[in-house]
Amino acid sequence: MKSVLVKFLINNPSVLIFFLILSFITAFITIGSEAFGYGFISTSLIKVLGKTLCFCLLAIAMDLVWGYCGILSLGHFAFFGLGGYMIGMWLMYERTKLIVIEAGKNAELPMTIQEVQNAIGAQIFGVVGGSEFPIIWAFADFFWVQLFLVILVPGLLALVFGWLAFRSRVTGVYLSILTQAMTLALALYLFQNDSGLRGNNGLSGLQNLPGLELIPQSIISIWFFWGSAAALGLGFILIKLIVESKLGNIIRGIRDNEQRMRFLGYNVETYKLFIFTLTAIIAAIAGALYYPQAGIINPAELTPIASIYLAVWVAIGGRGRIYGAVIGATFVSLLSSWLTGGQAPNISLGFIELKWVDWWLVLLGISFVIVTLYAPKGIGGLFDKFTKGISK
Amino acid sequence: MQLILKIIFFMLIFSNTSNAQSKFQSLIEYQNSNIIKPSVKTAPFVINSIQTFNGEISNKFLLAWQLKKLWYRKDDYSIFLVEKHSNTEYATIDLETGKSLGLAKKNTIKQIKPNSGVRRLIGSALVTSQLNSSILINRISSLDSIGRNPKAIHLQPLRNAILKESDTNLKIQMERLERILSVKFEINEVKRIEAIRSFDNDLSLDVRASLNPILNTTLELSKSPPKQGTYAQIIDMKNPSKFNRYQAYDMIVKEGWAIKYITSEMKRSSLIENIKDGEVSGIKIKNLHTNLSRDLAYSRLVNSDLAPKDVTESQIQSAIDGTFFYEKYIEKSPNVILATQQTLNKIKTKVYIARGIDLFLDALSLASIFFLAAIGLAITFGVMGVINMAHGEFIMMGAYTGYLVQQYIPNYTISIILALPIAFAVTFFAGILMERLIIRHLYHRPLETLLATFGVSIALQQLAKNIFGTQARPLTSPDWLGGSMIINDVISISWIRVAILCLSIIFFALLWFTLNKTRLGLETRAVTQNPQMAASMGINPHKINMLTFGLGSGIAGIAGVAIGLFAKVTSELGNDYIVQSFMTVVVGGVGNIWGTLAGAAMIGFLQKSIEWFNPSNTLAAQTFMIVFIIIFIQFRPRGIIALKGRAAGD
Repeated sequence: MKSVLVKFLINNPSVLIFFLILSFITAFITIGSEAFGYGFISTSLIKVLGKTLCFCLLAIAMDLVWGYCGILSLGHFAFFGLGGYMIGMWLMYERTKLIVIEAGKNAELPMTIQEVQNAIGAQIFGVVGGSEFPIIWAFADFFWVQLFLVILVPGLLALVFGWLAFRSRVTGVYLSILTQAMTLALALYLFQNDSGLRGNNGLSGLQNLPGLELIPQSIISIWFFWGSAAALGLGFILIKLIVESKLGNIIRGIRDNEQRMRFLGYNVETYKLFIFTLTAIIAAIAGALYYPQAGIINPAELTPIASIYLAVWVAIGGRGRIYGAVIGATFVSLLSSWLTGGQAPNISLGFIELKWVDWWLVLLGISFVIVTLYAPKGIGGLFDKFTKGISK
Repeated sequence: MQLILKIIFFMLIFSNTSNAQSKFQSLIEYQNSNIIKPSVKTAPFVINSIQTFNGEISNKFLLAWQLKKLWYRKDDYSIFLVEKHSNTEYATIDLETGKSLGLAKKNTIKQIKPNSGVRRLIGSALVTSQLNSSILINRISSLDSIGRNPKAIHLQPLRNAILKESDTNLKIQMERLERILSVKFEINEVKRIEAIRSFDNDLSLDVRASLNPILNTTLELSKSPPKQGTYAQIIDMKNPSKFNRYQAYDMIVKEGWAIKYITSEMKRSSLIENIKDGEVSGIKIKNLHTNLSRDLAYSRLVNSDLAPKDVTESQIQSAIDGTFFYEKYIEKSPNVILATQQTLNKIKTKVYIARGIDLFLDALSLASIFFLAAIGLAITFGVMGVINMAHGEFIMMGAYTGYLVQQYIPNYTISIILALPIAFAVTFFAGILMERLIIRHLYHRPLETLLATFGVSIALQQLAKNIFGTQARPLTSPDWLGGSMIINDVISISWIRVAILCLSIIFFALLWFTLNKTRLGLETRAVTQNPQMAASMGINPHKINMLTFGLGSGIAGIAGVAIGLFAKVTSELGNDYIVQSFMTVVVGGVGNIWGTLAGAAMIGFLQKSIEWFNPSNTLAAQTFMIVFIIIFIQFRPRGIIALKGRAAGD
């Protein structure tokens, strides 16, 4: 057993390197945090970094389904968002419940369960002109059920959609467009006020963990950072194990020549469906970790463009290598939030001053085209040259 | 005294002095007291005398009088209009000349307030005078104003006016309005029914607006079944839709047939009122957190006469069971009701058919827009097997080109006509540039074309945002495209949509001709079906690819101009159409303009039909449509019209 692990690590030095770097960063952030260390890293920066880790988890899921299985899904950000919605329902419900009960303490009579329920409904759905709980909120009071729904709802959606799509042999660009249509349909549905999820207001106040009001955000942010790091580590190892197994060879085969795999006797659709659903679940878990850190979720986050950006991260980082997806997500999302955050200095060309906020997306688009044309392996491709240089 | 003065005044009028204005002034001065303090008795005479003055001033005066806009000075009783200047001061204005007469203290002037009877008299007189005016425009406008706000008092003057009317068109309109007024106000039942029946074939809104109120109902309740013919329907209380049981019971309570229902809210406040030493009738407050314990506490309060008796569910039920809830017609005459019902039913059938036709036109227009937006995409996808994600941005480029052309050429007609070829040229070259720089290198990697064109799409969108800003730019349509083609009150379609429909038909014909009857088309089809074979036959596939891509992009530009005419031109314009365009192509089938046509028709008609069932919610319609398409793909994965042969196999 031990030798298997050692063999695995020797064959895949990237796992060891990845874990070393991840633990180093986690330790560094913890030491630098306001809550557990010297406080030279602000809480808001920790939140940004924690969110970036969630993006990395999403990106490695995307890499598995696209880079290894060849399915360019434009719907994985939708699964990510759905995961966020599922956990957001519990967070918002419990938080509102606590507020309602707190307010009810001053009343002459103790509140009945029905009264509490009505007050929560009025609080949550007041903005969309309702007060009754839709059926989809039935489990919002039960943490474990809702946590299970984080996996179940996106997983089921992926399973049904994937089954329909793969069964009818929709492949290639058709499949991409179909997943994009699914994402759009979901976003449009959530935009409606009577969707039961507060329309375009989305769910808010998710950064307040119910029952933990007394714990400052600086500590909670670190907890979430640890959680995200752990989830990323587990996800990394899970995907690495899949990729290195026989299953990994099969899905790579499907990517390279689906027809040939079918002729070899493999049930291509089942494999694709498994990978598609599994990655959707990983994406949903990433979303469930992300949105409590972001504090708010609304349907605009689920629009197809978000899924396209996800593809951009993975492509720039380098497809078909898991650490490539991590690099891409980290690099592009951090750069993107830095440059569009307005902190980056503007470039003066003398006659015109270029603002990063305005030109970053143009630059990203162009660099994406260049990466696709001239460096299909992305940033990760650079490592290949590096390792080749050493082995010589 | 007054009578003598009046006689003198009449003599003055008929003595025909040269200056009408001063005569009017003197009339006002003369009738001063009757104008300032009018009564129903004196008003007709005053109005009559004022109306003997033909011309603007008499109507203007009457209107101001009716609308309580006239004021008078307390010391000399002179009459004028006012405008508020400050809290204490008003500017006075001469009625005839509109000139300012200087400021007046608020306490020195007073508003003239004729009572409602007088105002009605004035209103009727105004309408009558306008209807009998010798100027056609005045008659038309007065007819319009009656039509907008019909009153019983208008009926007789209108009938009189019809007899005198010389203009045939106006006479027809007057007669129609007379019938509408008769429907509403005629007292003679036979005549009224006749008027109602005369509208059997009329779909217009004003007719329906006058017929529908006749069938208005009020909710009534009684203990015995209501008389046949006077009610619209008895409400089935087993399954009521308009109100729930408690509201029904409330109505019974209001009639005094039952005692009041105690809501949980009222119970709660009774309990709170009777809190003594931390408990309510022996039950501790902290235990009152369930409905059960509250009910118990309340029943104890009832027993000790501290609260009104509660009603049980079974009592509510039996009270409701013993009562008939029905909708009673406000209209008394059963004959009128019957005639109205029959006429409205006839109209309803016609309206239903007309709505169907209107929906068809809407769907046709939507389909034509989708066709125009998608056909360029279909060509490039079909011929080259690459998907151009920047297609939406080419549409946007076309729209902005149209906007820019309008900035330099102010004449909208010329600018639109010029914008079409210019937009085509701009996007044609943009397309060729993109093909040469990017797509050429990715022919064997279709998924990566998708990615690279994403990049272009992101960059172009942001570039447009940087250049044109985030606010929407208008693309104004020329006047001859303004308004709608109105067939009747139900069926109408805006001229812009008609123009887009024509444009798509022209482009469909043009493309069909190009692809089927020209050398270029032949070569394009050859490359579509088998690029290697085509190349070995001497066709240069690279040239064909380039030209096709340019053509597809160029049509996107033209679609952009067309879409810009009715949608707002923003940098995100392309986003709204790209997914629909893809759907059109995928549903229709690739590489065939008939397929795109079929796809556009299906999506357009589907979306409109879904909206038909749920008109208030277009978001839901789009959601359902996409879900439907995903399911549709199950049954025809290659679209409605699938290519056969090697091209079909990815």
